[in-house]
Amino acid sequence: MLERLVRMLVKEFIQVLRNPRMRAVLFVMPVAQVIIIGYAVSTDVRHVPMAVYDLDRTPASRDLISWFEGSGCFDVVRRIASEAEIREVLDTGEAKAVLRLNRGFAETLAGAGSARAQFLLDGSDSNTASVALSYAANLSADFNRSILAQRFSRTAGVRLEAEPVGLVSRAWFNANLDSRHYFVPGVLAMLVAVITVILSSMSIVREREIGTMEQIMVTPIGRLEFILGKTIPFAVIGFVDVALIALITVFWFRVPMLGFPPILFLGTALYLLSTLGVGLFISTVSATQQQAMMTAFFFMLPAFMLSGFVYPIANMPLVVQALTYLNPLRYYLVIIRGVFLKGLGLQVLWPQMLALTLLGSAMLLLAAGRFRKTMS
Amino acid sequence: MDTIRTLALTRRFGEQVALDQLTLSVAEGEIFGLVGPDGAGKTTTMRLLTGILAPSSGEAWVDGLHVVREAEPIKERIGYMSQRFGLYPDLTVLENLDFYADLYEVPTSGRGARVDRLLAFSNLAPFKRRLAGNLSGGMKQKLGLACALVHTPRVLFLDEPTNGVDPVSRRDFWRILYQLQQERVTIFVSTAYLDEAERCNRIGLLHQGRLLACDTVDGVKGLLEGTLLEVRCDTPRRAAGILRSADLGRVALFGDRIHVLAGDPDRGRTAIEGALRAEGISCHSLAAIEPTLEDVFTSTLPGGDA
Repeated sequence: MLERLVRMLVKEFIQVLRNPRMRAVLFVMPVAQVIIIGYAVSTDVRHVPMAVYDLDRTPASRDLISWFEGSGCFDVVRRIASEAEIREVLDTGEAKAVLRLNRGFAETLAGAGSARAQFLLDGSDSNTASVALSYAANLSADFNRSILAQRFSRTAGVRLEAEPVGLVSRAWFNANLDSRHYFVPGVLAMLVAVITVILSSMSIVREREIGTMEQIMVTPIGRLEFILGKTIPFAVIGFVDVALIALITVFWFRVPMLGFPPILFLGTALYLLSTLGVGLFISTVSATQQQAMMTAFFFMLPAFMLSGFVYPIANMPLVVQALTYLNPLRYYLVIIRGVFLKGLGLQVLWPQMLALTLLGSAMLLLAAGRFRKTMS
Repeated sequence: MDTIRTLALTRRFGEQVALDQLTLSVAEGEIFGLVGPDGAGKTTTMRLLTGILAPSSGEAWVDGLHVVREAEPIKERIGYMSQRFGLYPDLTVLENLDFYADLYEVPTSGRGARVDRLLAFSNLAPFKRRLAGNLSGGMKQKLGLACALVHTPRVLFLDEPTNGVDPVSRRDFWRILYQLQQERVTIFVSTAYLDEAERCNRIGLLHQGRLLACDTVDGVKGLLEGTLLEVRCDTPRRAAGILRSADLGRVALFGDRIHVLAGDPDRGRTAIEGALRAEGISCHSLAAIEPTLEDVFTSTLPGGDA
């Protein structure tokens, strides 16, 4: 039994590793992708191009504009001279935001009134727009505070020392709210899922398609031996990829690894149980490799979208939220972010580990149950 | 005791009956040929007997074991070569052999000698490091046979083993089968080639899932009632048409020869000569001949007058 399984594994490894294109797909592509995606995927909004329509042209108006410019969040790309140009810059995308200051801005400010500044945003990219808006709100609040301090000291003759309520915020686990720290471990989960689901979904159906399955069926090999022989190689490859990507994440992208790495590997093992289970299940229900590939893609897309990788699960409708409990990616993301950024251990992550174990065993058993050593 | 025995073995695919009530038996050490055109049910029979397809009804035993209830133990005792090349094209000749030796748990002691012998008699020894996908058609089939023999099976099932193989390789292949027969291996082979069927000890004629005849080659030929007359003449195609319309018996055209199945040889001879002369065709030769399987086939199969 063991000898047969070992031989099955040897055969699978020879087949996978003999093919140069396969080697590249398995080991070069994930590394290249994590590096490219690691640089590209970022929701940090910096240097938003902004146009300024300053009708006031006073020291006070210039003061507010330089306040925006100096923040690093906005770059003034153009100074506008007419109303029509506002539309133009937003239409062409030359600027994502326009700051408009009307005549009389300085005058109102010098008195006791409230001066109005208009901030126009290109809302077609809602994510960037809302981040830019919050930057703008913070900047104007800071600006107001400095004006108030001036007024107070001018009228009362003393300096304003303290604010009534001072909010001191610190983002734990990711002090600079660096989105790369958040995303790169997620990319790891995604790449490993792509590799293991697609490869295992093609594995059994490939033998059926090229005709080797019929020859295998007449040998005394057991169903379990065959299934394990088809699964274990991809599990090993999945592990190697996780190790490679984790090393790049830590040493190249400098994402902190606060937790105990073996916890990450335990989580990975349980996660691979599910992804390989899904892949094998697809392989047993598909008639051709092409069908298997399509089905795998249909599984992947919702798995990513509904995992919490990009969009928070808490924002989803309740029905969809319930569905995400069936998504292995959901649990694995919590585990990798927990281990990388929070240094969590089993005492906190055990529910996720348990969920992955249950989900993975169920999928594998379902796939194994569907596999028969006979034709129909 | 019969090595292979079937009893009203039937397999349906939906409405279609692929194999209809097949009853036959094959003795130990026999080469049995299952002969029939494409779609006759040969592959279905093979798959039923090797336990990879379940019968719709009926029973079958191979080497004393039931094909459904004892499907797994049967697998230790049989070798099977599917019609399609079923080995891994991205493994070498030796790796394929080794892989199958492991699946059948061939003991490591003495395995080297076994593999060497298989390579030697299949003439594959010089190619043992070549990828199976890069072998020629004939070599692929010999490798398939070698893999099916790696565990020294008692019964060998070969599904159209020489399909698409050149005549020289085919002769090699049959030389190997005769060697195996001397070791008392029972061989169940399917073929659509009638010259190949003549090499078997006994044959079964299968058509549209039904067994039309099952006997020795001579016995099957004896099923042909009447005498077979071979006519050689000018414009054979036209002559065949004339003879067909003259209703002298079943007429079949083989290249430049016409075979006529006559009830009575002498009367048939005169009738043929008369019919051809009336149309101005002169006969070069006209003689009674031994029927071939092809004659039996064309006369037995419905609508089979080629």
